[in-house]
Order: sequence, then C-alpha cells, then structure tokens
Amino acid sequence: MKRAGFATRWLPILLLLPQLAIIALFFYWPAAHAVQSSFYLEDPFGFGSSFVGFDNYTHLAGNSEYGRIAQFTLLFTVLVTFFSLALALLLAVKADNVIRGAKMYRTLLMWVYAVAPPVAGFIGLLMFNQNWGPLAELAKSFGWDFKLGVNFGDTATAMVLVSVWKQVPVNFIFFLSGLQSIPKSVREAALIDARSSFRRFWDVTFPLLAPTGFFLLIINITYALFDTFGVVDVLVKGEPGNNPMTLVYKVYVDGFRGNDIGGSSAQSVILMVLVLALTIFQFRLVERRIHYT
Amino acid sequence: MKNIAISTAAGLSMLANAAFAETEITWWHAMGGALGDTVNEVAEGFNASQDEYVITPVFKGTYEETLTAGIAAFRAGEQPNVMQVFDAGAATVIAAQGATVPVQDLLETNGVDFDIEDYISGVRYFYADADGKLIGMPFNSSSPIMYYNVQALEAAGVTPPVTWEEFETVTAPALKEAGYTAMSQSHLPWIFVENFMSRNDLPFATNANGYDGADGTEILINVDPLKDHFTALTKWQDAGYFEWFGTGWGDNQTPFEEGDVAIWFGSSGSFGGLSQKDLGFDFSATYLPYWEAVTTEPKQTFIGGAALFAMSGKSDAENAATAAFFEYLTSPEVQYMWHRETGYVPITTAAYEMATADGHYERFPAAETGILQLSLDASENTRGYRMGFYVQIRDVMNREFGRVLTGETSVDDAFNTIEVEANELLARFAQTQN
Repeated sequence: MKRAGFATRWLPILLLLPQLAIIALFFYWPAAHAVQSSFYLEDPFGFGSSFVGFDNYTHLAGNSEYGRIAQFTLLFTVLVTFFSLALALLLAVKADNVIRGAKMYRTLLMWVYAVAPPVAGFIGLLMFNQNWGPLAELAKSFGWDFKLGVNFGDTATAMVLVSVWKQVPVNFIFFLSGLQSIPKSVREAALIDARSSFRRFWDVTFPLLAPTGFFLLIINITYALFDTFGVVDVLVKGEPGNNPMTLVYKVYVDGFRGNDIGGSSAQSVILMVLVLALTIFQFRLVERRIHYT
Repeated sequence: MKNIAISTAAGLSMLANAAFAETEITWWHAMGGALGDTVNEVAEGFNASQDEYVITPVFKGTYEETLTAGIAAFRAGEQPNVMQVFDAGAATVIAAQGATVPVQDLLETNGVDFDIEDYISGVRYFYADADGKLIGMPFNSSSPIMYYNVQALEAAGVTPPVTWEEFETVTAPALKEAGYTAMSQSHLPWIFVENFMSRNDLPFATNANGYDGADGTEILINVDPLKDHFTALTKWQDAGYFEWFGTGWGDNQTPFEEGDVAIWFGSSGSFGGLSQKDLGFDFSATYLPYWEAVTTEPKQTFIGGAALFAMSGKSDAENAATAAFFEYLTSPEVQYMWHRETGYVPITTAAYEMATADGHYERFPAAETGILQLSLDASENTRGYRMGFYVQIRDVMNREFGRVLTGETSVDDAFNTIEVEANELLARFAQTQN
C-alpha cells in the first residue's frame, strides 16, 4: 500500500497551526496559569499575594467538606452514568423494533437533547417546587415529603433525575445508530440459534454494541462530572447551603463567588489531573480492547 | 500592561469627551426586576438634572456576580466608574486599597460638602475604614426586621413579641393554637447571626470586629448566646413554632405571603415588594426581638444591602462625574424617592425628615421600622464587621445551619465546624493581603 504524505515538512505544520494556536491560547495558557495560581494566595484585585507552596492542596486534603463533596460527586457520577445509559439502551432497543411511526417516536425521544442544562434545571425546579411542583406532589402522595433545597437527599435525587433526563436522548441516538449498524445477517443467524429475545440481546446484540457503549461511558462520565454544572447551579438557586454539589460547582463557588483564587485554582488542577487520568484510561485500556469495526 | 490599558481607556474617554462634550460614566449594579427599574429611574433623573455628565447603569446579575465581574474588569483595566458591592463583599473591596477611591476623598476633592453627621447613625461606619473615613457610599441600605400578619396576631390575641422569651412562651403557642406556623426567616447568617450579634450587643470578631486589620482576626461565633438561640430554633421547629424552607430567600417568604406563617424575618427592603402584592391580609413590621437573658439594653442592627464604590484608575473628569452623581444620589429628594419605591432606608437625616414631613410613615408605618431600628442606641459592637472571604464564611454557616435544621448534625458540632472553617478562611484571607 502506498503511503500518502506531504511533499514538504512545513505544510502540515502550517495547516495544524490554527488548531494548535487555539489549543495553546484557550487551554495550555489558562491551565498553566491555574497551576501557578494554585501555589499562591492572592488578593482578588491583584494587589497582594503570598507564595504558599502546597498549602492550597493540603488545605483541601484536610478539609472534610471537600472529601464529602468528592464522595457525592463520585456517587452522582455513577448514578447519572448508569441510569442514562441503561434507560437509553432500553429505549433504543424498543425503538429499534418499532416499524410503524418509527420516526415520530424517535423524534419524541430525541428532542430533550436540545434543552440546555440550565433550562433542564429550571424545569426540574418547577417540577419539584416545594409548594406546588407536580413531581413533589406525586412523591407526597406516596408518603415521601419531598423538599427540594431543604433535604440533602431530596435535592440530590432531583439533581440525578434531571441530569439523567437531559442525557438520555444523546445516548439514545448513539445506541440506536449502533443497533442499526448491526448486520441483518448476524441478527437472522441469531434468530435461528435462540428463540429467547432476552438471550439474543445479551449474547449477540449487547457485545456488538460494546464499542458504542464504551464510547458513551466516557462521554457520560465527563457529562456527569462537568456538564451538569448548569443543572446543579439552577437547582441550588446559586445558594448551595446544605445542598449537595459537585466538585466543578465547588470550584465555581470558591473562585467566582468567594474570590479565593488560589484555593479554587488548586481544585481545578485536581480536576485537570482527573480528566487526564480518564483520558489515559480511555486510550490505553478501552481503545486497545474494543474493536470498532 | 494594566497601566497601558488604563491610559488607553483614559485616552479613549477623552476622545469621547471631545466628541460629545459630556463625560460618560458607567455604573455596575445587582438590582434586578422592579429594583432595576428604579435604578434606571435614578440614573435618568441624574442625566436629566444636568448636561455635563451621563451615567449608564448596567445590570450584572447577583451581588456575587457583580463583585466578581468588577474584580475581573479591574484586573483587565476595564473597571466601571461605580460598582455596587454588598455587605459580605465589603471586606474584600475595602481591603484592596487602591482598587477604589474612598468616597469621602472623592467628594472632598471635587468640592462636594461632606459631613458624616448628615448620615443616619446606623449607616455611618459599616462601609468606613478603622478611622471612620467613608470608603463606600451606602446605597440600598436595609436591615433585617420582623414582619407580621396583623390578622393572625389578632386572631391569636397577641402583640408582636419584643423579646425571644415572649415569643417562646406567649406568642408562638398562641399562634399555633390559632392554626399558624409562628415564624420563618429568609437568611440565617444575616438575620440570626450577624444582626443577632449587634442587636444583643455581642462582639462578632476579634480586632474590633475585624476593623483593625485582617491579621489575626478571628470570628467569635462559638458563643453560648448564639448557640442557645439555635438550640431554641430546633426546639421551636419540633414544637411547630418555626419552619425552615431551605437556604433560598423566596422559599421562606412565600409561606408568609400565603398566610401560613404569621411572623417572617426579612429585609426592610422587602417592604416595597410586599406592599405591591395582594396578600389578603394586612402586614406590619417592628424591631428584631432580643434575648432578655443576654441583654436588657438591645442595640441597633447592622446596615445590610450594598454600597457604591468609586473605582480607581479613572480620569479626573470621570471622577468629577462620579462625585456629582453621588451628590445627586444623596440629595433628600432622590433618597426619599428611592426609599418610597423600594423600601430601602434613606441614608441621610434630611431625607428621613422629608419622608416624615410628607406623611409617608403615617400612610405606611412599617416603612419606618428599618430606619428606626438603625437609629437605636449604638455600641462598639454595632458599627459593622470586616471579615475577608466572608461570602464563603456565610456559605459555611448556611451549610451547617441547614444540617442542624434537617437533623444531620448537632448545634454544638455545627458551631465548632463553623468556627474552625471560618478561622481558616480568615487566616487564608490575611495571607492574601501581604
């Protein structure tokens, strides 16, 4: 096979330059700044600052509240990822079987994708309103005195529900296209081998969906960790109080509400390391074991 | 870099002066909704009152968002001329000497008469430095007061409680008997901590409530009177006298407006909003109760709300415009208009007298509560407080109080945690000031 290539060495670099410049300007430069700030305690207006070494990090390590938020973030991520994937898979499998009116069903299942996270949060706020929210009323009819913003567990439940609702359509689209790319011949062969549709799903369909599934797993973890910011912000109404929050929201609370630049920089560096680890995990383990063809 | 930006900005604004022959200044504020309309009205009034200066008000979101936006703009050399900063952010902006031009200096340099005695006693020192020099111009000044449902109290056959002892033994049981939740409140740190301290004449922090400098300032929150108050709150909650609806302001105000809760602790600035609503009952207001067990000589409360700061790095012409705007803003007519429309207290004695002479308080007695409470006896403990990273300290309080009121932690543990975390934050803030 003939290898395609560039005649000169400079052309590829030139073509890459705009992209590299954007990455350098909007990622490396601020990231370097964050690492630098994390070793200082700085006056918000920029008048004074002290070099404090790793103090901002040790402060976080010794802060039980930060540990609590990290724990919540972990639980939140697991729940949101699991339920968004599971529900989307169920819906995709069912939608794949529908023949009449298939387009309408699919559109109805996908439209939530267009809702921005803060809007999703706002809808959640209305649905769970303490006084007249329909979902809060529903919970009350089962004897669950649902109080958004008062009870930690109730607010957490609302956060998970809204985040899952918002994410299901994205996963649904991917799963559906994954299902549709499974060759008809494979399905027909499976049909001959096993009568039980349950077994056909777990033995044939599910493994063939694995590449899509792993890709979505990573996407969903990053979604739950970072993109749910809007949902969290709206549901706690900007006043965290005793409500749960995620690590990203904590960066915002300390940095942008509290003007503690050093402390919140240290937190964002920790998150940066986390994302780095996640990316390495994706490339090293997942990409190696899952075949995409 | 910053200097270049500033001089460029100054150069540009000089060009603008030449073109329009009037000086334009900007004012970043956090007043949304109906309050924002009144802010625009004040600005339009100033622009119409003379033709040398034009002020443009810009709404920047919540108090926290406005402060953050202002800080970011300052660091980029694009700060507004006037920035509104709320009580909890005051320490941050006042500690950054050089970020603002002290209002008192600004007015005196530009030949505007200034006498601190013209201001009502409760607003004089909150936004001043340790020597009493006014740094920020008090703007939307409020204090927490006790609103009550007149019909509910009549039905229960009680009068508004003067002390917490009276509330506990007389008012609350009678209101419960009459079918009401006796009390709710909208801001635990502001109403039941900060102003609890001043009302009951207790020190809030070392170093003269933090006025003498950030170094070594420690919060004095882990004290028996305050802990007893929160223990009482949990008891009242169990007895059905008090209900907590979360950290959000509105969630606690709504049950009062709907007539379920008889007494609500809110801001004197809530008056305007409440009187515009069709509540289905008459409401009135009076002073915050105090604990007779703590003091028999209750004092005035802190001024809450926010102040206007003149940002530094502006040309003399623009500073003159800012000074002219402050002069206009503090005139009795404007203050009375602001007070009447919003319920925030007038900051000068002249404006208060004008409102009295106009019969405003005969028509709306509750509108006077805030200013009367701010004019009660003062002491060393009522001047204000100055603590850095105070926004986070409030967040810590809100978090721990929420846990206390949902039974997740005890009062003792909560106050220990608040003390430790608040002092850590104060020490960290002191380090930012080197």
